[in-house]
Amino acid sequence: MLKVEKANLFYGDVQALWDVSLQIGEGEIVALLGANAAGKSTTINAISGLEKLSSGKILYRNEEIQGRDPHDIVELGIVQVPEGRKLFSFMSVEENLELGAYTKRARGDFKKNLEMVYTFFPILRERKKQLAASMSGGEQQMCAIARGLMGSPKLLMIDELSLGLAPIMVQRLFAVLKKIRDAGITILLVEQNVGYSLALSNTGFVLENGRVALAGSASELLGNPYLKRAYLGM
Amino acid sequence: MTQFAQVVISGILVGGIYALISMGLNLILGVVRIINFAHGEFLMIAMYISFLLYSTWGLDPYVSAPIVALALFVFGWLVHRVIIQPILDTSATVKIFATLGLSITLQNFALMMWNADYRTVQTAYQTTVIRMGEVAVSVPRLIAFLVAVLISLGLFLFLKYTLTGKAIRAVAMEKRAAALAGIPVKRIYLLAFGIGSGLVGLAGSLLMPIYYVFPTVGTLFVLTAFVVVVLGGMGSMFGAFLGGLLIGLVEALAGVWISPGLKEAVYFAIFILVLLFRPSGLFSLGKGSEEVGLK
Repeated sequence: MLKVEKANLFYGDVQALWDVSLQIGEGEIVALLGANAAGKSTTINAISGLEKLSSGKILYRNEEIQGRDPHDIVELGIVQVPEGRKLFSFMSVEENLELGAYTKRARGDFKKNLEMVYTFFPILRERKKQLAASMSGGEQQMCAIARGLMGSPKLLMIDELSLGLAPIMVQRLFAVLKKIRDAGITILLVEQNVGYSLALSNTGFVLENGRVALAGSASELLGNPYLKRAYLGM
Repeated sequence: MTQFAQVVISGILVGGIYALISMGLNLILGVVRIINFAHGEFLMIAMYISFLLYSTWGLDPYVSAPIVALALFVFGWLVHRVIIQPILDTSATVKIFATLGLSITLQNFALMMWNADYRTVQTAYQTTVIRMGEVAVSVPRLIAFLVAVLISLGLFLFLKYTLTGKAIRAVAMEKRAAALAGIPVKRIYLLAFGIGSGLVGLAGSLLMPIYYVFPTVGTLFVLTAFVVVVLGGMGSMFGAFLGGLLIGLVEALAGVWISPGLKEAVYFAIFILVLLFRPSGLFSLGKGSEEVGLK
């Protein structure tokens, strides 16, 4: 579905990505793992059109998507839920969801998607008139994912879903991810939380210092001694 | 008492025009994050267009107001597309000098085209007043105020309830998240710059029957607008509206009871006090909320 091939990216003189390649298959959950500053967010920001590669390819359904504006990439069906949620704080939950469906394609599916996100996250229906900033961290993350889903994604890229959330909330959100996948939406999960992510994923890529250090099926990675030692502390 | 009521009313009526100018400046500041130092010159250009429509075709400034507002919308759109858009990712200094340079260019353009003479329009209602008891209300000032209030209300409703208005606010609050939600940020910038300029265009039309136009007329008003923006809270439309009325009032009171020559000193003193004690503005959400953008 989506392929990144030999992506290189610079911030000024600093190279952030080194020949990063990854593939995401239709209907999969793919984990993009690594420590802070490993290049995970940079990679998905490049896919979203927020950053420019200096070389390499980004192919979506065999079509090069580099050089398009971020909103055009959303229109294609590639939607990112940014790190730190980045909700429109002084707007209601409902308004946040409405803006998530800004693209033409998403506006057509508005009712259907709204029903879907309220089914996934019933609490958001109760809080729809509330300001986004006034909710708990977990509820805000739900709202951020819901806003992403309102964009009618074919590929949903979620950056640091578990960041700053209680383990119980992380479990609940991961359970919803499964349902989202079952609804036919491919997921790229950008995470530091290696254990949880791989338990849910089909495949995984581990980034270190801007390079792909490990790649493989989730079960292979979970059995990898290096990954166990470095990321799971086993 | 009568004199007091008279001064209060005159002050608030003029404040309506300050509000329009300031809301335009604040919309551009809140959304595009650019301080448009040429905003006063946009007002000057609007007043000249209004004047020219009057002197060439005899169009009353109120009749031509929609044309002037539209012309300034297009002008603002073009300025953003040609001058601002290419420098959006550069440093603040570059942005300051770009709009400051534009301001000087426009002043000198006006000087070249229309020389330094003060120009006015003559209308039948210019000196008409309505008497309410012993208080006299100037008709053009009253009209300017009512139009300013209506347009402000329209702008509030537009920003609050339409999808495009919400997208403008979203870009002001979280630019990257807005782009990731599929909002075309560049187009929203153009629109915000256009609307901000259209507001100042309308202000120019409303000013024309009660004031005169000359190449540096903008600098008088833009200073006031900066005070209003800081007073009301950067990025806050409602703050700019109330701030405009407040400064109009302060100016009128100071002009009568302190000294006409010191009225600027008085509102700049207020400006400094606000910066000292409530730097995010009177009507903002509190510290750091200028980074939150439009409310």
